Amino acid sequence: MSTKNSHLHSYPRFLWHAVRLATAGSLGFYAWMTVLTAVALVGLHAWASQTASGMVLTHMTDQVSWGLYIANFTFAVGLAAGAVMMVIPAYLYHDEDMHDLTIIGELLAVAAISVCLMFVVADLGRPDRFWHMIPLIGRFHWPISMLTWDVLVLNGYLLLNLHICGYLLYMRFLGRRANPKWYVPFVFLSIGWAISIHTVTAFLYSGLGGRPFWNSAILAPRFIVSAFVSGPAFIVAILFALQRFAGLPVGNGPIKTLTRIMQVTLPIDLFMVGSEVFTEFYTGGAHVSAAKYLYFGLHGKSALVPWIWTAIACNVVALFLLMRGDVYQRPKRLLTAAGLAFVGLWIEKGMGLIIPGFVPSTLHELVEYRPSLVEWQIAAGVWAAGLLILSAALKIALPVLQGTLAAHSAERHPGGSSAS
Amino acid sequence: MSEIEHPLGENRQPEAPENATRRKLMLGAAATLGTAATARAIAPLMDWKPTTSLAGFLQRHYKELTTLEKKDICARLEAETKAQYGADVHIADPQAEPGVGFAYALNLSICIGCRKCSEACHQENNHDRPSGNSYIRVIEMEQGSLDLERGNTTYDHPVPRKGNYYLPVQCQQCDNAPCVKVCPVEATWKEQDGIVVVDYNWCIGCRYCEAACPYHARRFNWKKPEIPAAEINPNQAYLANRIRPQGVVEKCHFCLHRTREGRLPACLEACPTGARVFGNLNDKESEIRWVIENKRVFVLKEELGTLPRFFYFFDK
Repeated sequence: MSTKNSHLHSYPRFLWHAVRLATAGSLGFYAWMTVLTAVALVGLHAWASQTASGMVLTHMTDQVSWGLYIANFTFAVGLAAGAVMMVIPAYLYHDEDMHDLTIIGELLAVAAISVCLMFVVADLGRPDRFWHMIPLIGRFHWPISMLTWDVLVLNGYLLLNLHICGYLLYMRFLGRRANPKWYVPFVFLSIGWAISIHTVTAFLYSGLGGRPFWNSAILAPRFIVSAFVSGPAFIVAILFALQRFAGLPVGNGPIKTLTRIMQVTLPIDLFMVGSEVFTEFYTGGAHVSAAKYLYFGLHGKSALVPWIWTAIACNVVALFLLMRGDVYQRPKRLLTAAGLAFVGLWIEKGMGLIIPGFVPSTLHELVEYRPSLVEWQIAAGVWAAGLLILSAALKIALPVLQGTLAAHSAERHPGGSSAS
Repeated sequence: MSEIEHPLGENRQPEAPENATRRKLMLGAAATLGTAATARAIAPLMDWKPTTSLAGFLQRHYKELTTLEKKDICARLEAETKAQYGADVHIADPQAEPGVGFAYALNLSICIGCRKCSEACHQENNHDRPSGNSYIRVIEMEQGSLDLERGNTTYDHPVPRKGNYYLPVQCQQCDNAPCVKVCPVEATWKEQDGIVVVDYNWCIGCRYCEAACPYHARRFNWKKPEIPAAEINPNQAYLANRIRPQGVVEKCHFCLHRTREGRLPACLEACPTGARVFGNLNDKESEIRWVIENKRVFVLKEELGTLPRFFYFFDK
């Protein structure tokens, strides 16, 4: 009874403290958050206009009925799933260095899922009817519709990660040792769950018989592998940023592990893409039309050709840069590789995957799609909002990270300086 | 050490009072500016009137409504149409007749590709005028090929042209409909008489059905449909041709507001060559039954297992 009361008292204090931590910082931090807020507001304004005037403000059509929003949604699901690549080494392979930092991956998952959900809402023609999709209140077409599965796994993953991060931070706030039984089972559940979110998202597309470009069993494995490139790539960038701007002594261990992961997953991803390209082009016939349109253009229409070759160039150069044993010790080279792979996969699994599913259309009409200004504004706004969430969350977790790293450093090097 | 133990705790260094005041002022200013900017950003939503009433917002799924509730809703929609479009319309809710299973057949040998069916659909179903929307798309095909890749939907020349035949495509009312399967909120379903319908007041506009349909049968309302009052067909039904709201998906419903009343679809009546045959497949004396029993009919994309109720055949 008394513990309950004390939580009622201390939890709001914890939340208030988190808000304070997230809103206090250096001038640089304020500048960064202000820019993100501005971009997010531009996106919000564009979304408000789109909701009021209709999706006629986008360049989507009845032929290409999904565009930039769903492309970004798909990629962001991968980012959320890829964040688990900090949790797996830490909890399954007992990588102690990584263990200290896993909360970064979990916070990234929270931010990335928020991005996914915002993109889904941006894509709805009737956001006011969102409640129709809520189980028990609306009319949830489960288990038949894959989209209902996606609603479940994405929100479940969000709740899991919110719980894990929230519990650990709250315990630190109370100055108590976290009880493993309140978070370790959830961590293990989140590992399986991470795989499920991107598998289900792949099944959204691969289960459609009328879209030969997506109707491929390799889609889910491809999604997972590419997520294990884009996730680690983004985390490497976060770690360098935290080291540079927050003075967090990250150390080489986690960066080395994440680099090793990318060294394996990026070639596998390219191999899978290559296998698809072979199957499409060697088989020929009607199945190859979408791939032809994507890579070379079809009947004079070639809007996606520059996109996909940019993606290929990015990924191949990233692969070349990564294929060096000591790349993890060369921050510039590593960051360039991570950045290129991130952009490459954003195209490959975004626009490069969604749009060819619709071109040619099911009646083989060739209607091209280029996102409108409103779509770009909304997409930029959603990503800015995601970065805003991530920055605030990292800011809140930073004292914990610094404390843990310092304590472990002191344990491992007794008598030595606490900084690495 | 206490800082390590309580990194989130409240044992921080106290701020100098003047710094604290400055910080508060700055944060206050930022919060005010942020609120003002947010209000400005969402201002366009003030013009957004998705429904005219709370009842519209809270309306349940069609299948959960009682007959009386449906009546009220139809009356409300009639009033909305009057207010927004200036037209007096009647919105009925004809039900599927037990034992009836509708099917359609189309004689490709005599279709001349005139698109009269498409035009009739446009008028009958109160489609958006500026976009020229219709549930029917006519493909000009090459003689000797069923490859849609070699077809053309945007032909603009006198028809029929030598060396071509014409393939009108609309909703195939599949018995194993991919669109029904994927809908996350059951806003679209198959009725007893075989017609796949949409509850326009329940659809959330995710367009998953549009991605799933192999026949390009579905259309999305990218904006609020525009129709002059004089051109509005007042004979409407809830699950059929009433004017659709912005942001929802629609599709061919075999003109159920006509066919459930014993009339024929508008596209059939408009066809100048008699290429179209419609009827109750369960009626052994029906023309559609005769066609399916005596002609070598086929369905589009049979390999997908969608089991269409729309059949095609060649006469010669």
